[in-house]
Amino acid sequence: MSRRKFDEMSDYADSGRDRKRRRADAVEIEDRLESLILRVGEKSTSSLESNLEGLASVLEADINNYKSKILKILSDCAVKMPEKTTIYTTLVGLLNAKNYNFGGEFVDMMARKLKEALKACMWKTARYVLRFFADLVNCHVISTNSLLQLLHTFLDTARDDNSPQVRSDTYVYAVLSCLPWVGRELYEKKEQDLERLLKHIEIYVRKRSRKHVPGLRVWRSDRPHPQEEYLDCLWAQICKLRSDMWQEKHIARPYVAFDSILCEALQHNIPPLTLPPHHTDNTYPFPWVVFRLFDYTDCPEGPVLPGAHSIERYLIEEHLHNIVKDYHLERKQCAAFLLDFPLKHKIPLEYMIVEVVLAELFHLPGPRYIEICYGSLLIELCKLQPATMPQVLAQAVELLFDRIDTMNVCCFDRMVNWFSYHLSNFQFKWSWDDWLEASQLDPAHPRAKFIIEVLQRSMRLSYHQRIAEVVPEQFDCFVPHKPVAIYKFANDSAGDLPGSNAAHRLESVIRAKGTAMEVVQVLSELPNPLRENDETDPPYNPLQIQVFVQVLLHLGSKSFSHAFAGISKFLKVFEAVVGGNEEAQMLVLKEMQDVWHHHQQMMVMLSDKFLRTQIVTCATVANWVFSKEMMPEFTKNYIWEILHGTIRKMNKHVARLQREVNEARERRAGNESEDSSSDEEEQRPRPSEEEIERMEEKLEAAQADQKNLFLIIFQRFIMILSEHLVRCDTDGRDFNTHWYRWTIGRLHQIFMMHNSQVERYSQTLSTLLFTQDLDPHILDSFNQPTTRPCAISPWKDPTPQPPDLSSDHPTAREGASTSGLQTPHRKPHLRVLASADRNDSRPLSATCFHCSKANDRGQSK
Amino acid sequence: PAYKYQSRKWRCQRTKQRRQFTKRRCHTGVITGINPKNKTSQTMGSRSEQERLLRTSSTLYVGNLSFYTTEEQLYELFGRAGDVKRIIMGLDKVKRTPCGFCFVEYFTREESEQCMRYINGTRLDDRIVRTDWDAGFIEGRQYGRGKSGGQVRDEYRTDYDSGRGGYGKIVQQKILPKIP
Repeated sequence: MSRRKFDEMSDYADSGRDRKRRRADAVEIEDRLESLILRVGEKSTSSLESNLEGLASVLEADINNYKSKILKILSDCAVKMPEKTTIYTTLVGLLNAKNYNFGGEFVDMMARKLKEALKACMWKTARYVLRFFADLVNCHVISTNSLLQLLHTFLDTARDDNSPQVRSDTYVYAVLSCLPWVGRELYEKKEQDLERLLKHIEIYVRKRSRKHVPGLRVWRSDRPHPQEEYLDCLWAQICKLRSDMWQEKHIARPYVAFDSILCEALQHNIPPLTLPPHHTDNTYPFPWVVFRLFDYTDCPEGPVLPGAHSIERYLIEEHLHNIVKDYHLERKQCAAFLLDFPLKHKIPLEYMIVEVVLAELFHLPGPRYIEICYGSLLIELCKLQPATMPQVLAQAVELLFDRIDTMNVCCFDRMVNWFSYHLSNFQFKWSWDDWLEASQLDPAHPRAKFIIEVLQRSMRLSYHQRIAEVVPEQFDCFVPHKPVAIYKFANDSAGDLPGSNAAHRLESVIRAKGTAMEVVQVLSELPNPLRENDETDPPYNPLQIQVFVQVLLHLGSKSFSHAFAGISKFLKVFEAVVGGNEEAQMLVLKEMQDVWHHHQQMMVMLSDKFLRTQIVTCATVANWVFSKEMMPEFTKNYIWEILHGTIRKMNKHVARLQREVNEARERRAGNESEDSSSDEEEQRPRPSEEEIERMEEKLEAAQADQKNLFLIIFQRFIMILSEHLVRCDTDGRDFNTHWYRWTIGRLHQIFMMHNSQVERYSQTLSTLLFTQDLDPHILDSFNQPTTRPCAISPWKDPTPQPPDLSSDHPTAREGASTSGLQTPHRKPHLRVLASADRNDSRPLSATCFHCSKANDRGQSK
Repeated sequence: PAYKYQSRKWRCQRTKQRRQFTKRRCHTGVITGINPKNKTSQTMGSRSEQERLLRTSSTLYVGNLSFYTTEEQLYELFGRAGDVKRIIMGLDKVKRTPCGFCFVEYFTREESEQCMRYINGTRLDDRIVRTDWDAGFIEGRQYGRGKSGGQVRDEYRTDYDSGRGGYGKIVQQKILPKIP
């Protein structure tokens, strides 16, 4: 042994050096122990059992010297490598059999860990600790009674009516998810107690509210596969497991081999635990709906896909999700590990992987990671398994296409984006002929729309001719226009259009590298059609704007860079002819649409540029999107790309100002408390009270703008939807058209994508816009906690919530009046207005259905 | 740290990748290459300064593009990893036409990291695009530094690449005289 050799050598060394080396030696041994423990269970030449046995005796020998280190490593492994739970429980079991005290200390340590995790809202950690405890029962480290007691403690939260449902859901989920490990043991030893436990859970699962479920579903329909909420699904799986006498086939249980050793060990009790009470700052996992795409009939012969309610499906899915989570930063590794799944021969692995990855991509309200992460992962999977993966993925796309009629609009967008990206990586090869029927459909039909949008997106990643050639000729109706600029004052066609001469002059001025002044000069010669008499000066000249924007975009039509350069160069001209006038800004956007209506991407980029250069405001963009001229474009994806981009920019702006104010305040407070200033603080002088006040004013103004933006968007939504409903009602037509479903879907999407910001202003929205006399179809989208998932859980926003400006705040009213907010069109006759249960559902928005905190968080701050 | 809990194979590869990730790369010498004829790219500072810039930069060099790939396509693809601040097309010094590379600048470092993770090595216009850290764009670097105006790699290529003007420039010159 190196240690002994070292001791002999140390006779020659002086004592100081000796100590140093001894310490280094200890570190080395600790590292070796760590790597041994971490790696147990990986592929090796000898069997897992003999490895475990060997490791147990090594650790036993070192327990006295390195106890704390070993405890720490083991407890970390227990939490961080949940897929190896049974291996580590066996190891702990073997150690406990040899050294009873060590087992006790380990249990205490894990109990502490559990307590800390619960306190810090680390729910996943807590769940894995509980699962580890459950499996320790199998290894005779923990007594059955003591585990049952802990499980009952967890279930007690279900009876606590003063805390939100998400809290009890989380605890019940933890209990349910540990049953696959320990169910059989409990069934054999304590059947009565187990039944009692399950009864409790059943009662809870029955009575819990499911109002949030519809909004979190990828599909509205339950056909062919029911879309169940996670807790309901797991409950069904556990029930199925119970009816199978708790026999499951997925978990490898190495402790079975050591039964003779383990059963002689003495058992410990988990120290009694009181759960930390609910706190308003707590965050809980967001509920989700289990994504189901395949069932066993979709898979060809070979291993059978476990049914939706078999526990194996849950266990495998959880494992695959964990792999994606662990390796999402390296797509190649991730793909390799997914395809190298331990039980790959027993299941149709490709199908399960595709389902899991698509589940993450379509997760609502938003995917866990950026969308392209999943796109590139799927490409990598296809590259790594070219024989099977592309076919399975193609089958998945076929199924998604079949079911696209009822797909959530958020998911529809993600699917379009992903599929076009995927095709661009595979030469746009696709069996387009299978979709020929879609060309006969109404262009607003989701299937037709899907193809149109996919081709649009594909063209952005490629070029027009390529896309036109790649699809069958029946799809000519779907192929996007050639993305060219249409210039109003082109020489041959526009001889006598007003402003035509000025436009040509302007062209030559700009081509000759004229300055902003010269451009303004040319424009000033144009008459103002708004001028009626000579006394009043109109606020802007529409002809000037038309000529200027048309010429500028025409000359900059070669590429984005050309257009951007033109805009930047003539910012001064924009200031001169547009200024802050909202109608003038609107005209800029209209002219842009006029020139570029065949080039969606250009419009997205240009409106982004106009916003960044503050030529137009966010509110104007919103008003433009809902304007009459844009109605034919209204259901196209790019419009919503523009609108969501606008909202995002506004949100980012507010968040940045908020951060700055917070930092400044902190710096000021920090400096006051301690006089000694470090170098860093000297560099950044402490902000004065006035400076902070100025920043706060800026923030308040931005928040008013943000609120105004949401007010405009929702008001316009309410107007067009009410109008549609009224018209259908008077004409005696069915209101539930494609257009209606798209529009309602887009409204939901706004709630879904910007929920934490919308939530901030929910009070104002419900008093100003979403009032009780609104048509229930529209009102529902606001009141359902589903579309405002924020309302169902005290979901913590990374940015602190500023106080909601109450509706009678001066800025709010001002904002409302300047944006032309009038009372939305009201439904003339009563649909459900006065019915009692409508009034009952009212508290939903004001105080959420089980947590009053989530909603009035704004004011309390 | 989380990487401890991964398998050994993964850890090894991860360390290797880390090294590559931070390694100073010379994509056809654009960062450090000394080209006396093109003085604009020489105001770049010391080696350690370079490394610091690379670690904090949110600009990427993108290579192996087709000459026909447009700015629009680049915005669409690279916009999927985050908000693109600007794209600078690489141009032939003589002809002022795209010559198969570009610089993409993101608003944040995080977005550019996502681009390195998810877009590097995937396809655009049926070509595998390669992205590399760049210390930040400096005027003048948008031009190819090959003798004939394009990128240096297009001088010496011996294969036929229709997306990048056929054979390499030197090979072309050898072939052309034979065809009068």
